[in-house]
Amino acid sequence: MTDPLHLASFLHNSAVQTALWIGALAAILNGSIGIFTVLRQHSFAGHALGDGSSAGGAVAIFLGSAALWGFLGMAWLAALAMGALGLRRARERDLATGVVLGATLGISALFLYLDVSSTQASGATVEVMFGSIFALDPQLLWPTILLVGVAIALIVLLYRPLLLIAANPDLGRAAGLPVRRLELLYLLLLGTAAALSALSIGVILATALLLGPAASALRLARRPWQSFLYAQGIALTAVLGGIYLAFMSYYWSDGASWPVSFFVVLLILLLYLASAALASRRRTKR
Amino acid sequence: MFSSFLLHTWIAATLLAIAAGSLGYFVVLRRSAFAAHALPLAAFPGGALASLLGFAPLWGLGGFAIIGVLFLRIFSLLGRRDVAMGLLLSSFLALGGLFLSLGREYAARVYGLLFGEVLGISSASLLPLALLVSVVLLLLLWQFPILLLESTQPELANAHAISSARIEWFFLLLLALVSAAAVPVVGTLLVFTLLVSPAAAAQRLSRRPYHAWALAILFAELLSWSSIALSYWSNWPLSFFVGVQGALLFLFSRIFARS
Repeated sequence: MTDPLHLASFLHNSAVQTALWIGALAAILNGSIGIFTVLRQHSFAGHALGDGSSAGGAVAIFLGSAALWGFLGMAWLAALAMGALGLRRARERDLATGVVLGATLGISALFLYLDVSSTQASGATVEVMFGSIFALDPQLLWPTILLVGVAIALIVLLYRPLLLIAANPDLGRAAGLPVRRLELLYLLLLGTAAALSALSIGVILATALLLGPAASALRLARRPWQSFLYAQGIALTAVLGGIYLAFMSYYWSDGASWPVSFFVVLLILLLYLASAALASRRRTKR
Repeated sequence: MFSSFLLHTWIAATLLAIAAGSLGYFVVLRRSAFAAHALPLAAFPGGALASLLGFAPLWGLGGFAIIGVLFLRIFSLLGRRDVAMGLLLSSFLALGGLFLSLGREYAARVYGLLFGEVLGISSASLLPLALLVSVVLLLLLWQFPILLLESTQPELANAHAISSARIEWFFLLLLALVSAAAVPVVGTLLVFTLLVSPAAAAQRLSRRPYHAWALAILFAELLSWSSIALSYWSNWPLSFFVGVQGALLFLFSRIFARS
């Protein structure tokens, strides 16, 4: 065989091309937002928004519209609910997040059940929970580019205030920033990131893409802006590498290809461990 | 509604609610909602492996939940705890997804494991479940005052030579056992509603520890019984009613406590 890595067939497959583009966009946004999430120790909220968006995906499939809009709508709704319920007191935040998460998961249980029992979408659970990256509609590419573009532009514009309220909200308040409005904006951006990864690698793996690259990057970077670049790089490596490995697994295991999400999470975990090892070696050198 | 095919579900849910309500009291006290969400998800690949290789799911679920506790403790040493939790749940879910995709009944099994199956409780699984719940309850009652002290006043507990790390291990292992027991009924995703909502409501309504603890068990029972009944009448999934009623319970307790 002249092409043992199957690179030609990989890159010429149109399903793969869409997957690579949308996966890359989801990776860039999640890597960047993740920095704020990890800094403010907000992992549970990040996870809850991703999980909560599953209800929207399930409803969208039930109504027969594109899953992206369902994911996005529900993630934004959950972000607003979380903001209203308990951002003021940190003690309450954990419980409020948990309760919102429980309610949205209950709703997705119902709609996934209805999807399977009353429509022909027998794969709805798998599609919503584990993603359907090789079955994405190429028409979703433009809305995705637009969403990620707007989100990244907002992050670049409001880079300093967002970073400040993530690291120390009291200091932000003292500096006269509109902390509440910025918090809400952050939650909506988080919801957008969660919806995009729900679409590509699936609801339940969104958390790894959000937290893993950002936590690794924060360990390696010496300056804040470096951490954004590192996080985006790590997220891109994991997603694009995961898509490639999943594509290749078709050849290794005669026909039964392994899920993309498994490879993506595996890569994220390995890169996280590598960053821990690298950081500890750097510390001993000094 | 109480015919034999549902009777197992009633018994299992009643047992579970006792364990979930009483452990949930400490989940809320220790602000461990994320851990209570992550450990049931860590049990997920155990259920998937059990269905792939054909052994009793309870062993797989329990085994993986305990592996999850180890993973959590090790990764907590490497970095932030909440990041460790996020990585734990994603990587274990991904592993479970892999196991399920290797088997044949992919779609059906995924739904059952994630959201539970009301009719998935066999009479053979009731005895191990009862044993598991009584072990959890005995361990909890044995350590109740120490756990209470460490959860509310960690510095005071340290002054009494109670090791926080050991209490954390103890608590997480109990959580792993309850998760493994609860997954077959309400599914991996909604176990934590059963843990968090009743206990959060109870602590809103009462400040006395044993009182709030008993109230949490009562709420957990009411939540699971009414969910089974509604699920029976409407033919809709049990976990829908658990999730939504749990949120309503929390909201009502807030309104009631404020007035």
